[in-house]
Amino acid sequence: MTAILNLKELVTRNARQSGIYIAFVFIVAFFAILTEGTLLSPGNLTNIVLQYSYILILAIGMVIVIIGGHIDLSVGSLVALTGAVSAVVVIRGGNPWWMGVLAAIAVGLIAGVWQGFWVAFVGIPAFITTLAGMLLFRGLTLQTLNNISLSPFPTEYSKIAAGFQNGLFGGPGFDVFTLVIFAIAVVGYGVSALRGRRARLAYKQSVEAMPLFITRLVVVAAVVMAFGYQLSRSRGLPNVLIILAILIIAYTLVTTRSVFGRHVYAIGGNLNAAMLSGVKVRWVNFGIMVNMGFLAGVAGVVFSSRSNGAQPSAGQMFELDAIAACFIGGAAVTGGVGRVTGAMVGGLIMAVMSNGMQLMGIDQSTQQVVKGLVLLLAVAFDVYNKRRARG
Amino acid sequence: MATNILEMRKITKTFPGVKALEDVELSVEAGEIHGICGENGAGKSTLMKVLSGVYPHGNYDGEIFYDGEVAKFSSIKDSEHHGVVIIHQELALIPHLSVAENIFLGNEQRGKTGLIDWNATNHEAEKLMDRVGLHENPTTPVSQLGVGKQQLIEIAKALSKEVRLLILDEPTAALNDEDSAHLLGLLRQLKASGITSIMISHKLNEIANIADRTTILRDGRTIETLDMSDKDSTQDRIIRGMVGRELENRFPSRTPKIGEEVLRVENWTVFHPTQPGRVVVDKAHLSVKAGEVVGIAGLMGAGRTELAMSLFGKSYGRDITGQVFKHGEPIGIRNVAEAIDHGIAYATEDRKKYGLNLIEDVRRNISAASLGKLSVRGWINGNQELKVAEEYRTSMNIKTPSVLQTVGNLSGGNQQKVVLSKWIYSDADVLILDEPTRGIDVGAKYEIYTIINRLVAEGKAVILISSELPELLGTCDRIYTIAFGRVTGEVLLKDATPEGLMELMTQEKASQGASAQTKEKKSS
Repeated sequence: MTAILNLKELVTRNARQSGIYIAFVFIVAFFAILTEGTLLSPGNLTNIVLQYSYILILAIGMVIVIIGGHIDLSVGSLVALTGAVSAVVVIRGGNPWWMGVLAAIAVGLIAGVWQGFWVAFVGIPAFITTLAGMLLFRGLTLQTLNNISLSPFPTEYSKIAAGFQNGLFGGPGFDVFTLVIFAIAVVGYGVSALRGRRARLAYKQSVEAMPLFITRLVVVAAVVMAFGYQLSRSRGLPNVLIILAILIIAYTLVTTRSVFGRHVYAIGGNLNAAMLSGVKVRWVNFGIMVNMGFLAGVAGVVFSSRSNGAQPSAGQMFELDAIAACFIGGAAVTGGVGRVTGAMVGGLIMAVMSNGMQLMGIDQSTQQVVKGLVLLLAVAFDVYNKRRARG
Repeated sequence: MATNILEMRKITKTFPGVKALEDVELSVEAGEIHGICGENGAGKSTLMKVLSGVYPHGNYDGEIFYDGEVAKFSSIKDSEHHGVVIIHQELALIPHLSVAENIFLGNEQRGKTGLIDWNATNHEAEKLMDRVGLHENPTTPVSQLGVGKQQLIEIAKALSKEVRLLILDEPTAALNDEDSAHLLGLLRQLKASGITSIMISHKLNEIANIADRTTILRDGRTIETLDMSDKDSTQDRIIRGMVGRELENRFPSRTPKIGEEVLRVENWTVFHPTQPGRVVVDKAHLSVKAGEVVGIAGLMGAGRTELAMSLFGKSYGRDITGQVFKHGEPIGIRNVAEAIDHGIAYATEDRKKYGLNLIEDVRRNISAASLGKLSVRGWINGNQELKVAEEYRTSMNIKTPSVLQTVGNLSGGNQQKVVLSKWIYSDADVLILDEPTRGIDVGAKYEIYTIINRLVAEGKAVILISSELPELLGTCDRIYTIAFGRVTGEVLLKDATPEGLMELMTQEKASQGASAQTKEKKSS
């Protein structure tokens, strides 16, 4: 069934997702105006990337957890614990920076195996298992650090999150290297979009009309290049952005193209049907939790690197930010629905709002009220949409 | 001439893109039992939702006259207040609450203090239970009772609301023959006490049996209202109205071409998953050959589904013992994935709960059990997957605008075709179909039978579990009967009669007395 779709059909077909993108554009515009452009200034954009990257990394793992019909409340504590272990290895032990990274990721994986065991093989609901984990990992963090902060990291380690790639090709007033990387990314996106379109046509599937397709490419390219240009005028390409981009691409593929990803959606959508279709539910649940542990380890490295040390109270409330990002990004509370890109946009909405309000000098208490309301409204909008779709 | 308690005039209800009802007319006389028949998707349930206020006034076009006055129900609560009560196919009982608590849910018997008066509650509940012929302790949790009794609780609940017009949507779909008979008897009693009933049913013999008049819907329109006392109003007459053509034969014919044995099960014993020591399947045996349709007949709770699911990768029960032979070779199956690898498929009796991911699209439901075929090193070929889905949409005649349509939006018959597609695509050579035509309309049933015929013509083996004896007699080559977890008989089609099967299906113990009785019957 080959069909060429116009804009209206495209938007209605993806109402759930496009709603989020539209909201995102409005929120960015809103705060850009209120802050008289400061929001989109080179320095501030760089700042947003550095400040919220670890939440986005957590949200990638969290959206998979949520699609599978679970929840993970322990990631904040686990970020603290992995960061603490890394700090002990590098700062107290005097080991090279990469040993800290490996140690943090190993601890994340072990924690994931631990929680995965209870969730998948013993059958304790993830809510309970990770609530226990939240206390457990926080306690272990305090013990690891003997209740005191450790800092600073050697320069190599702190460059993971606070460093930049720049200066390779020089450039007047902006960094050419950054622009080159962004250009390569845009071209890669364009090529893969075009190949996808050709393949869909070859299999007689519906595609968007050519002018619309080109418009979409041009808009995406323009936005991405503008973002890259602003970054290049500041300090260049942040290392965390590279880490984040790799993770987003990898996990988008995992959720949309891999058998594992499909099984996660199947379990969240209908556990019994998945079981009776030969899905090895326990191993998939185990994998979900181990993966979350891994990403919490990565986030632990990024966060400890950015704060240039490990604090006993690090990572508090991170789990809630990550969960909020997923739900704002269209994941369903009941499982079976959600996307990595949606969670990223959800996370960015939270980031832009926090950042915008900080720039405007709105105090912390009001910020929390606003964020709480936005989360509630986003899910309410989703519930309303679903009810309307059902008729 | 009795007066009309209900008149629905020119009811039109549209959903985005679909006209579910168009100028539907329905008039129900006071004190009658009014049947409503129609294929799935004909608009029966939508019409009842309009009537009971699920779709409030203003949400549809047309007028409803109830008791001679224009009715504008704004909610279910509102319609119930006027004595219109609907009992849905999926029962709305809370399993962990008691019978009495369920009966008075939302209508609690309160004392002067405003707290619940438990003595009054249980006493009143007993009176209502008596009226529906349910003899249980009112404090028993509902989950401990069977579906038949739960249905009675729903009716008692309706009586507690002083019902005048009772709407039943497929009340006997999940009931065995005995419970169905009891329910129909109860409806007659209610009629005698002046309660009007509207009954939606796919079981045409029941409609023919109990309804005073029957309205037939097709494609969202009223086709006709038949007076059932007229001797021309036969089941065939109703079918003709429902499908718009005469179904000269409800079962497509087939010339059996039976080959080698594919699957044999011996000494299969299964224990209940949570109640230790309770045997659910007791030393069962069965075999099926290539190109053969083997039926399993048994009453509700006889262990049919339990037998099938325990065979399908031990997905039911515990302490399972026995041997399974595939093409004569003994095989061990530890989980569902291994069962699928051995070419066994099980299409469940409850497709919504166990068979489909309702929030996912047609394409991904079809591929769900065969991702291995569509993937290389764990990565799925999405385009190939679409192609496969399109092929099945055509070959199985799945009526959907696109394979990207959410399965939850399809009608029951089309959902069932998706389930069958999923298992056919898994390359199974033994397909266990558990009630494959439950809750789907006559036309779609015929299509399902045709698909079964096609499967066996391709040399696959089919095990068909069904509660409907005519269906077994119309499609199978051989029929096993199961009673109380044991295989009580194996009958070739040419020797099978409904009476003979029913006797085997109700046989309590394989005692000598029973077998002597069977012999006696044979000799007579």
